[in-house]
Amino acid sequence: MSEIEAIRAQLLADIDAASDAGAIEALRVAALGKAGSITALLKTLGAMTPEDRQAKGPEIHALREAVTAALGARKAAMEAAALDVRLAAETIDMSLPTDTPPRGSIHPVSQVMDELAEIFADMGFAVATGPEIEDDWRNFTALNIPETHPARAMHDTFYFPDTDADGRAMLLRTHTSPVQIRTMMNQEPPIRIIAPGRVYRSDSDATHTPMFHQVEGLVIDRGIHMGHLKWTLETFLKAYFERDDIVLRLRPSYFPFTEPSAEVDVGYKQEKGRRIVGGHGDDDGHAWMELLGSGMVNRRVIANCGLDPDEWQGFAFGVGVDRLAMLKYGMDDLRAFFDGDLRWLSHYGFGALSVPTLSGGISA
Amino acid sequence: MKISVDWLREHLDGEYSVADVVATLNRIGHEVEGVENPAEKLAGFRVARVLTAERHPQADKLQVLTVDTGDGGAPLTVVCGAPNARAGLIGVLGLPGAVVPVNGMELKVAAVRGVESNGMMCSTRELELGDDHDGIIELPADAPVGMAFAEYHGADDPVIDISITPNRQDCMGVRGIARDLAAAGLGTLKPLDVPRIAGEGAPTIEIRTDDVEGCPAFYGRTISGITNGTAPEWMRRRLEAVGQRSISALVDISNYVMFDLGRPSHIYDRAKLTGALVARRARDGETVSALNGKEYALADTMTVLADDSGVHDIAGIMGGEDSGCSAATTDVLVEIAYFTPERIALTGQALALTSDARSRFERGVDPAFLDDATAIVTAHILAICGGTPSAVVRAGTPPTDAKTVDYDPSLAASLGGIAIPADRQQAILGALGFSVTEQGDRWHVAVPSWRRDVDGAPDIVEEVTRITGFDAIASVPLPRADGVAKPTATPEQRLERRLRRTAASAGFDEAVTWSFISESDAAPFGGGAWSLANPISEDLKVMRPSLLPGLLSAAQRNQNRGADGIRLFEIGRRYLPDAEYPTLALLMAGDKRARGWQTGKAAPFDAFDAKAAALTLLDAAGAPADRLQVMEAVTGGSIWHPGQSATLRLGPKAVLAEFGALHPSLTRAFDIDGPVMAVQIFLDAIPAKRSSGPVRAAFTPPALQSVRRDFAFLAPTGLTAADLVRAIRGADKANIVDARLFDRFAGQGVPDGQVSLAVEVELQPVEKSFNDAELKAIADKVVAAAAKMGAVLRG
Repeated sequence: MSEIEAIRAQLLADIDAASDAGAIEALRVAALGKAGSITALLKTLGAMTPEDRQAKGPEIHALREAVTAALGARKAAMEAAALDVRLAAETIDMSLPTDTPPRGSIHPVSQVMDELAEIFADMGFAVATGPEIEDDWRNFTALNIPETHPARAMHDTFYFPDTDADGRAMLLRTHTSPVQIRTMMNQEPPIRIIAPGRVYRSDSDATHTPMFHQVEGLVIDRGIHMGHLKWTLETFLKAYFERDDIVLRLRPSYFPFTEPSAEVDVGYKQEKGRRIVGGHGDDDGHAWMELLGSGMVNRRVIANCGLDPDEWQGFAFGVGVDRLAMLKYGMDDLRAFFDGDLRWLSHYGFGALSVPTLSGGISA
Repeated sequence: MKISVDWLREHLDGEYSVADVVATLNRIGHEVEGVENPAEKLAGFRVARVLTAERHPQADKLQVLTVDTGDGGAPLTVVCGAPNARAGLIGVLGLPGAVVPVNGMELKVAAVRGVESNGMMCSTRELELGDDHDGIIELPADAPVGMAFAEYHGADDPVIDISITPNRQDCMGVRGIARDLAAAGLGTLKPLDVPRIAGEGAPTIEIRTDDVEGCPAFYGRTISGITNGTAPEWMRRRLEAVGQRSISALVDISNYVMFDLGRPSHIYDRAKLTGALVARRARDGETVSALNGKEYALADTMTVLADDSGVHDIAGIMGGEDSGCSAATTDVLVEIAYFTPERIALTGQALALTSDARSRFERGVDPAFLDDATAIVTAHILAICGGTPSAVVRAGTPPTDAKTVDYDPSLAASLGGIAIPADRQQAILGALGFSVTEQGDRWHVAVPSWRRDVDGAPDIVEEVTRITGFDAIASVPLPRADGVAKPTATPEQRLERRLRRTAASAGFDEAVTWSFISESDAAPFGGGAWSLANPISEDLKVMRPSLLPGLLSAAQRNQNRGADGIRLFEIGRRYLPDAEYPTLALLMAGDKRARGWQTGKAAPFDAFDAKAAALTLLDAAGAPADRLQVMEAVTGGSIWHPGQSATLRLGPKAVLAEFGALHPSLTRAFDIDGPVMAVQIFLDAIPAKRSSGPVRAAFTPPALQSVRRDFAFLAPTGLTAADLVRAIRGADKANIVDARLFDRFAGQGVPDGQVSLAVEVELQPVEKSFNDAELKAIADKVVAAAAKMGAVLRG
């Protein structure tokens, strides 16, 4: 074994055996420092003959590189081991819970109103609004509900002792229909609107609350007839319930503001104590449920709004928004809608990002 | 209104089932609310004969009967407590499995004091056929033993409950419904049998109308020598079937004609009237004791019938107790009048008095049916009670002017959506009592006297389409505009939608609370400008001046249910004297953060949570955040914590929002534990963003990096952070792009009355980096601007 080989073997063995960073540094100084053994060998190169240098030079340089590499590798290995030890000491229980940000929710009534707006926008209907504190002319008289109509009696309508500048009695609107009047008086036909909002009746039990939500629909144009009404309601309900098997039954009825008038039933079946809308009401296991009031706008109402009933005709309909929400999403107690119970809201409410869209689905 | 099938057959010939009647009624506009067959309640009860009756060995008051059920089997043993139970009696036996109508109990074979009883002999009360409970029913000797009692009793007569729409007074009698059914092809309407009764001599009392506006016509006759016993069985049965208790022959006759023909009448005991009976206005202060036992104070807007002694009848609504008929009545006055519908309605509303007569008169009875109705009522009285009728006196004239409607038969299609051939339309109208005169394409349609509701062409469309059936309406799409549907939401609607979803995504749950609240809840908010005249309760009385009371009540309920962190918001209106204003209110109570393994104890909300929420929402609303000023609260009184609340404004008058901690006295009034933070955003005050289309302003990110410098100042405590930061921001608008307060300290090392405020200033070089001289110049401007506000750079 040559001297160089002996030094190499010794140094590599020492490096391998080094136990800490200090030992490694000591070995580096001993080998590669100013007075190190390899430094001493390198210094001998200058005194050699070219032939010797040719022969020994590469050998000594190879030794220096091998030791440098071994020192580096050993140092890295020791650091990695130390890191492993440190990381092992940092272990924590990753099943520990995280902070959950509060979720927040949209009330079902708001969500359903957004759904309605989306559906009707596709059919060309805008959303109209009006005041809830109304006068009796717009709530009743203009809608062809004469003074002696039973709905005018105190037990249905909330009245204020106040009158407006024209001496009209002020009240809480009992339906969204005054928005029809306001729209027809302020807008030239053709008109297509829906008018969702709060309405009030002096009525309170398990299925009635003194305040609830209604949506009104109104179309005024030329040549509109009951066939258009039926199509509109079918199209709307199919889109809203996201079912193609919605079947409607129109029954003649009476509302002072429409002529002819129809109540609209929808077929449903009872499943696990819930009404599931869809199917023909006369089919096995099915029945009809009253859902909407509708009809062709009474000529008197059109005339009351300053439009010519010989030129313009159209239809109107009204339906309970809370009721639509209950039928679609399965709530069974109307009173809970107005309680603000966080448990109910988080169960029946909707996420902020669940925006109903036509492409993503109405029931986002 | 209820009708029975047996009663319907009185007017409608033909083969039809209950199901046919129900389906047809629904189809033509008479909604059926229910069908009930009383026979179903009597299932399991049959006619039976008592063979033997022995005393019960264990009980004095009971007997042990053997009963022949008529089915050929051995007699049944039945224990019975009725004193009239005896051998030979034919009565009604309830068999095991039958359900006793009065109490819903199912009969079972059971031992009664040690003797097995196989059924129950029934009283009229147990079968809900009367009030008698002193003994068991005794049937005539010829009653067929073994027959189902329902069949024997004639109870197998289904009763249909119909919701008559308020325009159809003519269908508030069985005959009117029969006419509609016949027009729809179900059976044939029988002719109405109207007897001719001339009568003898003048009535024994003068009648007249002094109020032709309220009572245009008053027909009457007296009948003497009658006996007011009980009405015949067929009449009682029909009345009872539709829920009318039999009272006496005369009352039953009047009711029968009302439910049969929709024609109310009134029968007075002649002996109790003095002087003339006159239809007149009531006098203020007059009172009457009505047949329902209540006393009513009358007003001079009301029509009454009165004699010399006083008021006997609230016209068209309810008779008086004094002149009603009793068993002792021998002479009567029959009143058939026409009252003006509007007046009846207003009187009924004013007195809060409903009756079957009112509901017919206020909808308008047939003004051409007074003579016939007088004859029909008279005929029933003569047949049942005997007596001698006088001639009829006719005071006044009913409004029977003929009504004609111009009609174009193509309207059935162009309005009603059903193309109905002209001859079919004529047939329908004819069956309903209309008559048509053709004049080219136009028809003149004469309206029958009983159809007060029909006065225009659309009414005729309704008649022909409803009888045809709305199932025949084919769906026709609304014309659709070219292209993709256009957006329809108004700016206000977009704002509400945006804020709603921003609030929810910030962790708040949307509530919908009552628009009306109690006066006491409204009081701290300035009280309600609108107070209901007829609230449903004191809790729901005034229109809310703010959304906070509703949310506070909801928070209180949630706290009672154990909720820890309450974050609620509502978007709705607050109702002020001049108008309704769209508002968002938001409330935080309880724990902001629950206790946690990382964070330790639960943390409460503070006023800066409210500020953060307000700013988040205003930013979403598009309010110019950089121009918002924090100023003192405005809604005075005791709503807000005086030191921890503020407003956000655009200028001194435009208040966009209020936020902060609520006043402890307010939260205490709502029974809420702990501090409550709240925000109110006044949506109407947020300026609409000017729409500049979808294109954004041009922008290229600066090539050079921005530079940050920190400054610490000693400022008087009266200087707000916002004022200092705004001043610094404005110190060198060309170079300073942002300034942000990052530290605030008072205490050791800071003189009393002062506070240390540290601000980070961000500088943006544009074309070349700042050199030291430039930086020094900017820093000097910052320090100078701060000094103007009274803040001194810390050494």
